[in-house]
Amino acid sequence: MSSGLFKEYDVVVVGAGHAGCEAAAAAANMGSRVLLITMNMQTIAQMSCNPAMGGVAKGQIVREVDALGGYSGIVTDKTAVQFRMLNRSKGPAMWSPRAQSDRWRFAEEWRLMLEQTPNVDFWQDMVSGLIVEGDVVKGVVTGMGLEIRSKAVVLTNGTFLNGLIHIGDKRFGGGRTGEKAATGITEQLIDLGFESGRMKTGTPPRVDGRSLDYSKMEEQPGDDVPEKFSYSDITSPLTKQLPCYITYTNDQVHDILRTGFEKSPMFTGRIVGRGPRYCPSIEDKITRFEERTRHQIFVEPEGWDTVEIYVNGFSTSLPEDVQYNALRLIPGFENVKMFRPGYAIEYDYFPPIQLDATLQTKRIENLYFAGQINGTTGYEEAACQGLMAGINAHLKINGNSPLVLSRSEAYIGVLIDDLVTKGTDEPYRMFTSRAEYRILLRQDNADIRLTPKGYEIGLASKVRLDRVNEKIAASAKITKMFRETSVDPSDINPFLESIGSSPINQKVKFTSILSRPGVGIEHFVEHVPGVAEFLNNYRKEDVEQAEISMKYEGYIQRESELADKMIRLDGYPLDKDLDYSQLTSLSTEAREKLNSIKPSTVGQASRISGISPADISVLMIYLGK
Amino acid sequence: MNQNDTIAALATAHGAAAIAVLRLSGKDAIPIAESILFSKSGKPKVLSGVASHSAHFAVVQDNGILLDEVVATIFRNPKSFTGEDVVEISCHGSVFIQQQLLQLLLRKGARLAEPGEFTFRAFMNRKMDLSQAEAVADLIASQSAASHQVALAQMRGGFSGKIKILREHLVNFASLIELELDFSEEDVEFANRDDLKNLLFTIQRLVLRLIDSFEVGNVIKNGIPVAIVGKPNAGKSTLLNAMLEEERAIVSEIPGTTRDVIEDEITIDGVLFRFIDTAGLRNTTDVIESIGVTRSYEKIRQSAIVIYLFDVHEITAGELKLAIEEVNTHIQGAQLLLVGNKIDKENLDEIQKEFAAYDVLFISAKEHLYLDDLKHKLVTLFDSRTVNVTETIVTNARHADALRHTAAAVERVINGINNGMPGDLLAQDIREALHYLGLITGEITTDDLLGNIFSKFCIGK
Repeated sequence: MSSGLFKEYDVVVVGAGHAGCEAAAAAANMGSRVLLITMNMQTIAQMSCNPAMGGVAKGQIVREVDALGGYSGIVTDKTAVQFRMLNRSKGPAMWSPRAQSDRWRFAEEWRLMLEQTPNVDFWQDMVSGLIVEGDVVKGVVTGMGLEIRSKAVVLTNGTFLNGLIHIGDKRFGGGRTGEKAATGITEQLIDLGFESGRMKTGTPPRVDGRSLDYSKMEEQPGDDVPEKFSYSDITSPLTKQLPCYITYTNDQVHDILRTGFEKSPMFTGRIVGRGPRYCPSIEDKITRFEERTRHQIFVEPEGWDTVEIYVNGFSTSLPEDVQYNALRLIPGFENVKMFRPGYAIEYDYFPPIQLDATLQTKRIENLYFAGQINGTTGYEEAACQGLMAGINAHLKINGNSPLVLSRSEAYIGVLIDDLVTKGTDEPYRMFTSRAEYRILLRQDNADIRLTPKGYEIGLASKVRLDRVNEKIAASAKITKMFRETSVDPSDINPFLESIGSSPINQKVKFTSILSRPGVGIEHFVEHVPGVAEFLNNYRKEDVEQAEISMKYEGYIQRESELADKMIRLDGYPLDKDLDYSQLTSLSTEAREKLNSIKPSTVGQASRISGISPADISVLMIYLGK
Repeated sequence: MNQNDTIAALATAHGAAAIAVLRLSGKDAIPIAESILFSKSGKPKVLSGVASHSAHFAVVQDNGILLDEVVATIFRNPKSFTGEDVVEISCHGSVFIQQQLLQLLLRKGARLAEPGEFTFRAFMNRKMDLSQAEAVADLIASQSAASHQVALAQMRGGFSGKIKILREHLVNFASLIELELDFSEEDVEFANRDDLKNLLFTIQRLVLRLIDSFEVGNVIKNGIPVAIVGKPNAGKSTLLNAMLEEERAIVSEIPGTTRDVIEDEITIDGVLFRFIDTAGLRNTTDVIESIGVTRSYEKIRQSAIVIYLFDVHEITAGELKLAIEEVNTHIQGAQLLLVGNKIDKENLDEIQKEFAAYDVLFISAKEHLYLDDLKHKLVTLFDSRTVNVTETIVTNARHADALRHTAAAVERVINGINNGMPGDLLAQDIREALHYLGLITGEITTDDLLGNIFSKFCIGK
């Protein structure tokens, strides 16, 4: 049934989680007319799992989303209750921003920002099918039987596709606890020739903060001088923060948990989907690492005002009474009151090698997938895919060339390349170790890497671009000064001796001292006359940028050279209609894999496991024709 | 294949020949050639300004040591086989010189060419027509398969096991570092830097030993050099011919007939021996022959086994003693085997009695008497000599190259630890070391590290 309710949209986004919200905002801000369809308008941008954004590798992703012109960084800054820069003691590639969020305000802020974004319309309904004509998507069909036509569709269904919740031996359909599952789409996609699979994830119990004794836990406060996610000046760092707390399980807790194993859906085989190895349930941890006598529990507030507490590290699908009895044996939890039990959820996903590097499906044109439907886990991973799907849907329907980020440009590039090249059989989470060029992909330079691209496609504002250019220019001036100015031995030697570094006999350039271990720009400020005054003209981030580029120059240089080699191979496009079985010089394995993945560049082909350098040469020769 | 670097390889067939040609191709071909070529007077050779298609005489020096006299031919892009700057170096054809020169080029920044890579570059630079494309592709595919077979064969006998253990050590190390980077917020074990350093030293020692074994490995691959020395007309050429069972050396009754060094190879019980016949050891006034004698002493120095051959009728036990002393002054680490020639069966007892003080093997090269005993003795000597070095031997130049890069990267990690570098920077060099080891064992991906982490450590909130 066609409906007069709706005009034809440019982009329909199905689902309003982190992926869907970024997709809708990006496409709309670039000029598309967007309809965001969600099953429940009250749960837009819900944090289904822990109330936090960022962390190692994930924080870098949020910075990248922000640099391109996405909203996640701004929403996080506005609704955080705590900010920490993780890994400060390590090298700059590892510095990772993380914020503890107010769960309600996070969702509210997202909804308000979307409401204020021109071109975004909303509709509350369940999408039960796609309108497909030929091999092109033309819109969606809803549970109410409405047909809504559009030029492109972005599916961000999260855990809702045939979602099945497990608590002990109880199970019920649902996309989150208390919310209905979505049906129909998986079945239609399978009919269209898509392959689907099942994945599993879990969440811990939520408890009443008033029932906890924090004196028995370690306090984990926010940073003394908090920073923030967004490069823009729209947000500012927190002025007050809430602490988190750390406590530990013990043998008695583990013993109680074991009593529930016979009803565990994990151990009885009722759960078939594969869960993430790096986010194991507590029952998984005590089984796989039997020798460990304790596991860490992070006690995280859910917001400024609520008493609800998230028990991070205690993800479980054991029966609720077992959860409760085990919790009570954790120090500080003796009188705990549980609000909601932890649960496991199984859901459908579509192995992402069915996508191209723009997140468009190879089978159906103008159909994009983003988030958990692609087998990923995490808000940040979802948000960045939504952003890229929204951007590319808009670019595609306007006949513009796509935006594909390389592995040396962004974690986003690493993530999408991994998904579409290697696929994943467990929920995919980003780690810095997945990136070959970690030292290039830092949280401090995401704006330099990506804002020009965001501006070029019409997403990042001119104000943002100007700000980046200022930062580049300022950092260059500081670097120039450090390269050209010499330090007097009498000024710096007492400091050098104090840190066990050999003193200098004659004047040397600032940079040659700065490159020494244990020396930072702050030491020049302290010991060398004139430096403090000079740097006063610059922002903290400009100074930091200059310091990193000088101090780690050798490492950055070497990684850039490696990246250049790869980029060259990525510069050779491969036709998606190429039939590799015709290239008899390729190994049999290469022919099969290339035909199944259909890489878009020679670089992507080279990253498929089982493709040898000789196969790549053969491809290059083919291209030479 | 990366097309931005400079590749090098032997362009002529493997094995000894009159001359051999090494080819360098890529943007640094000329600078790399300049870095090893010198004029006769020792001044660096300047090739940057010379015309394309011109040939230049030069000597090759490595750290001031003269390796060979060569002719370098310059081809400037695009007028070359590959379409890039190309230098072809014609050197003398011994396997030793070929290897030394190639290794030198690799140390100076060239990369060993992949199978078919010159042809590949030629094609990419449109130096070949379209009809040749498929053939080139097949060539690369088949050569790659062949070289893989060869590499696999070479990996037997401890080598692959050693590399595998090394790689496991390094993956564990890398995992520990990645663990403390990616999961620093969690209750994980941290990599103890002292333990890590010890592990790195262990790895470094193993890698360096493998690199050292490359030299030994090469010796075995190219044949165990066996020098036959002795007074003129002791029957050295006859023995060589008998061993080779073909007329290879010029045999005559005139002492001093063999004026140059003649080499040939023979496989005994699966071991390749390279026999070196030498001019007789005597003081001579003949200029040409005296050069031959000097070379004989050089050959003794390069040999693993030296056969001192003497005519049992021409020498007394006392003279043998003096001869042994003389030969020993030229031997460097080689084993000496005394062989008495020209026996006849009737008076063998008498002869044995004369030389009873020495461990002498008696033969008649001309009559092919007791040659099997000699062959057996050679194999025994080889076994005893190499038993301490053959546990793991690297013979493949590509493997040796990868090991050298591994060693350099490991060295940087150790320095990084000493300088208190943070883990993310150490990881860069560790990954590089893993990459080069991966070239030998097959690719390692970052997934290996994650898999290793997840299986060994309890992580995740």
